[in-house]
Amino acid sequence: MQTPALPLPESRPLVPPALRGVLPVLLAVPALVLFQWALSGSEFASYLLNVMGVNIILAVSLNIVNGMTGQFSIGHAGFMAVGAYIAGYASLQLKEVALSFLPVAASDQVLFTVALLLGGLAAAACGFLVGLPSLRLRGDYLAIVTLGFGEIIRVVVQNTDAFGRALGLSGIPQYASPSMVFFWVFLVVLAARRLASSSHGRSLWSIREDEVAAEAMGVDTTGYKVRAFVFSSFFAGIAGGLFAHFVPIINPGSFTFVRSMEIVVMVVLGGLGSTTGAIIAAIFLTLLPEGMRSLFGALGTEGSLAQRVDQIRMPIYGLLLVVLMLSRPQGLFGTREIWDVLPKWLSRKGGGRA
Amino acid sequence: MAQLLQHLINGLAAGTIYALVALGYTMVYGVLKLINFAHGDVMMVGVYMGYATAFALGREARGSLLGIAAVFAVAMLGCALLGFLIERFAYRPLREKPRLTALITAIGISFALSYGFQLDIGFLPGASPRAFPEIIEPTEWLIIGDRDVVVWNWQVISFLIAVGLMVGLQYLVFGTRFGQAMRAVSWDHRVAALMGIPTDRVIALTFMLSSGLAAGAGLLYAIKDTSVSPLMGLYVGLKAFVAAVIGGIGHVPGAVIGALVLGLVEEFVVGYAASSWRDAVAFGFLILVLLVKPGGLFGRVAAEKV
Repeated sequence: MQTPALPLPESRPLVPPALRGVLPVLLAVPALVLFQWALSGSEFASYLLNVMGVNIILAVSLNIVNGMTGQFSIGHAGFMAVGAYIAGYASLQLKEVALSFLPVAASDQVLFTVALLLGGLAAAACGFLVGLPSLRLRGDYLAIVTLGFGEIIRVVVQNTDAFGRALGLSGIPQYASPSMVFFWVFLVVLAARRLASSSHGRSLWSIREDEVAAEAMGVDTTGYKVRAFVFSSFFAGIAGGLFAHFVPIINPGSFTFVRSMEIVVMVVLGGLGSTTGAIIAAIFLTLLPEGMRSLFGALGTEGSLAQRVDQIRMPIYGLLLVVLMLSRPQGLFGTREIWDVLPKWLSRKGGGRA
Repeated sequence: MAQLLQHLINGLAAGTIYALVALGYTMVYGVLKLINFAHGDVMMVGVYMGYATAFALGREARGSLLGIAAVFAVAMLGCALLGFLIERFAYRPLREKPRLTALITAIGISFALSYGFQLDIGFLPGASPRAFPEIIEPTEWLIIGDRDVVVWNWQVISFLIAVGLMVGLQYLVFGTRFGQAMRAVSWDHRVAALMGIPTDRVIALTFMLSSGLAAGAGLLYAIKDTSVSPLMGLYVGLKAFVAAVIGGIGHVPGAVIGALVLGLVEEFVVGYAASSWRDAVAFGFLILVLLVKPGGLFGRVAAEKV
């Protein structure tokens, strides 16, 4: 006797499968255009948003290497420098070029995107080079190599005539706008979230938890580590390219060890492995100095105190790291995402990663 | 030929100072498996202590032998105390935690010190570099030919002090009960504790020793460079650390040899190529060494336990 086949559960996805991967992008683009239109009055707000967006991209991308893969990299500013200089240089070369079949503004944005991608790819190539030593080096030693690589990039830039040596590049067209920056923020967050729950991501997590065991289970640890580096440095390069297109001038002083450490602080504060944690920490640490500055300004204290905020920032970052490691070494969120932390009735997903 | 000899001498002089700082890294790493990123900044604090002492002594006293001894003693003891405090309150609570947490803490302390000293609030010195008082008047000690090769007295003095400290340290580690305890703790601090070795005390003393050494090395560096700045620790410390890794971190003679090699390499780059490439060459050399021998020149790569 044949049992009748169980009726398939009525599953009519809201979105056709072919569109599902693209849908967030399709929704994001008009939202960003609206956002840009709403901001068009305020110069300072859009500058601040640009800085914030670049920091978010950097923190989320570093989180892929430091947080998900557990490979401590402290030379992220080096990749950012590669992206900034290559993209900036490309834009300077393409400045006079216009795509005649497009309106000027659109043509500029297309060329800008090309320059950004060039910067990102160059940074990804460097990420590949830095990832390779992870074949043989572990832990602290790898951290030192990334630090050394970041410094080498800085010295190379400082000694290259095409990159303006110590003076840096100036006159880069100011194409970056909050909508462009946040489009990339959106892409990096989407990519990081999808990576975290993919089988690639599972391999990265396993390397983070126990590299030897992961290797014994057949995970190609070297391959995944190199891929994580390439992926992360691509986005760092994009962030650098965006940065180059809204600050008036880029010079080697913007990409020192100190810059790398600022990004590390963001990732550690948010929780190694938490994408939303990295975002929140990046926003917080971008707004904090600005907030302190305006607070001191509003209190009517003498101007010197407001200027000191920048000075005080770095020692506070240092102490913050120490206090954080002593009291809450896993960072604000640990490896959890913000919806795992929020009360159940608020979050759309229950449970999630433990 | 004479130029080569001069570069050799300068390189060795720079190398001995790196070596003294590198020894501190190597000792702490040997005992605790911790890269003490704050080591260079402890050195910087020591130099400022020496600077303050030299000024407090006044112009007459600071040139005398007793004055020099006082400057060194204050800086080294002050730094030993600072090293003790850092170990006690920042590293000891993290000893059983993953090593990454301690590394991040060390970076945090390094930042707090080097940037804290750049503020100009209260006794803090502010960001601009200052001239270090001449506690040892520089004189040319040996001149060969028509000033083809010049050896300065501070080069000889720092070389002698450095060699003396290294020999003393080697004796301390391999010839005393304390050194035996250090080596036991470095092997396995839990088992060492079970065997009745006061591990906390040994680790604290190691930290104090390495910080005191750093202060001495920093003073020699300041005499050579004739300036002090809050950022000096970050850069000298980084170089010394590179030297320690090249030699195989945790290996005492390795740190010295690594530092001498690094000093010579840098000097030759500055002498024969361009000085602006110095830092890149130091790190490039480090990466090269690590790629060929992942544990450094004299280090061992321990198989990782599952």
